[in-house]
Amino acid sequence: METLALPTVRDEDWRYADFAALEGLAPEAFGVWQDITLAPGETRLKALVLGGAGPELHRIRLTLGEGARAELFAANLGDDYTRVEVEVRLAQGAHFEFGGVTIGGGVATREFVTRVIHAEPEATSHQVIRAVHWGTATGNFLGRIEVARDAQKTDAAQDFKGLILERGASTNAKPELEIFADDVKCAHGAAIGQLDETARFYMAARGIPPETARKLLVRAFIADAFVALGDKAEHDRLLEAALGVLGDAA
Amino acid sequence: MPAAKDPMLQIDNLHATVGGTPILDGLSLTVNAGEVHAIMGPNGAGKSTLAYVLGGRPGYDVTAGSVRFAGEDLLALDPHERAAAGLFLGFQYPVEIPGVSGMQFLREALNAQRKTHGQEPLSGGDFLKLAREKAALLRMDAEMLKRPVNVGFSGGEKKRFEMVQMGILDPGFAVLDETDSGLDIDALRIVGDGINAIMRQKAGGPDKGVLLITHYQRLLDYVRPDVVHVLSKGRIVKSGGPELAHLLEEQGYEAVAA
Repeated sequence: METLALPTVRDEDWRYADFAALEGLAPEAFGVWQDITLAPGETRLKALVLGGAGPELHRIRLTLGEGARAELFAANLGDDYTRVEVEVRLAQGAHFEFGGVTIGGGVATREFVTRVIHAEPEATSHQVIRAVHWGTATGNFLGRIEVARDAQKTDAAQDFKGLILERGASTNAKPELEIFADDVKCAHGAAIGQLDETARFYMAARGIPPETARKLLVRAFIADAFVALGDKAEHDRLLEAALGVLGDAA
Repeated sequence: MPAAKDPMLQIDNLHATVGGTPILDGLSLTVNAGEVHAIMGPNGAGKSTLAYVLGGRPGYDVTAGSVRFAGEDLLALDPHERAAAGLFLGFQYPVEIPGVSGMQFLREALNAQRKTHGQEPLSGGDFLKLAREKAALLRMDAEMLKRPVNVGFSGGEKKRFEMVQMGILDPGFAVLDETDSGLDIDALRIVGDGINAIMRQKAGGPDKGVLLITHYQRLLDYVRPDVVHVLSKGRIVKSGGPELAHLLEEQGYEAVAA
């Protein structure tokens, strides 16, 4: 039997977690990983709407064979602490595509924690995360990229943007790059801001009510995360689910 | 002459501040239905402030005076309600909105305004037809309306798109803030013709009014004003006919407004 070490606030990957909410989870929950292996050349798409009334912990471990392609998209919109952890191991020439949105108000923390391991040469990864929060809610992205010593020609990118709709809400971004190869491209960006007041006035001046204007601007903002989701039905399902919770924003 | 009725726009002793700084200092102005008025004035006179105050831009605070629009208290309305009441504000610097297409933007705007008036939303097909018609009027490729609002547009394209928007929304009154700036000679004529086509009263059509804010006389060659006002230091210092614009062009603001 493996002994489970429960996370503490001293663990880097858990530094923004809601530990009070975590107490609502059974200790066994911390040992559960959903393991998915993609055969060489295989392509797989997963689109998830996550989060409910209680705390949730989702852990997904992807192992990609040579030239495989995994596309993962998630709308993280629960009413309570919701943590989505993704660990990805890429063999030669494999690709990982990730689009994630945390959105919501109240007091909840919603977070994505990704660890992308470029274990072999010529693998690529692309992550786009958007966070939209109000109330005293928090949205986090902790993104770790590891490039092994002989994983030359790695091309990895992560892009995080946070949108704060009300004073009191917050977002945290923590990019972490660990690179042991010398011929690689690793890009990361993080920005946090508010709705563009000028755009809101421009819309109002054309007769668009404030709540519609906000919805249009938020839609445009989070759409970036689902741009690479080619399945239109799944794309619309995630986007509408995310925008659906905006209705209760102040 | 039409029978006496409420003026379209009646501004009385308007005082306004921007970020606490007084800009408008007792401005009074009345525009009747069917009239085109031009406001000219040097930089810093308060022309754009007047436009933004009328549009209800946050941060532009009215400290005294009143504005009545078709008999209603304009200042009591939120910006989107002013638009629905028929006021159109043409921006000197049209705003870019990445991720929101021109079509989506205008359809939301038009249908929000229709809803206020108890009208059914326009269908996708009908809207497209209307958008194409108005784009053609301003000689703008309708494909550009599919792009994000004003993103990547040249200065002239932005101004033309403002007028396409005005055509689609068909307002009763337009405040056009330096719509002529950034336009080349041909575009100036197209925009001038567009303003006339959209805002001049048509036989049997509703009364309309225009307040043209401009630095230069040249737009007024195409859109002939009934009255020209000179704005200086936050108030109207002189009013006259179209000839006043020519006088300003010849002699400058300082000589005329002194």
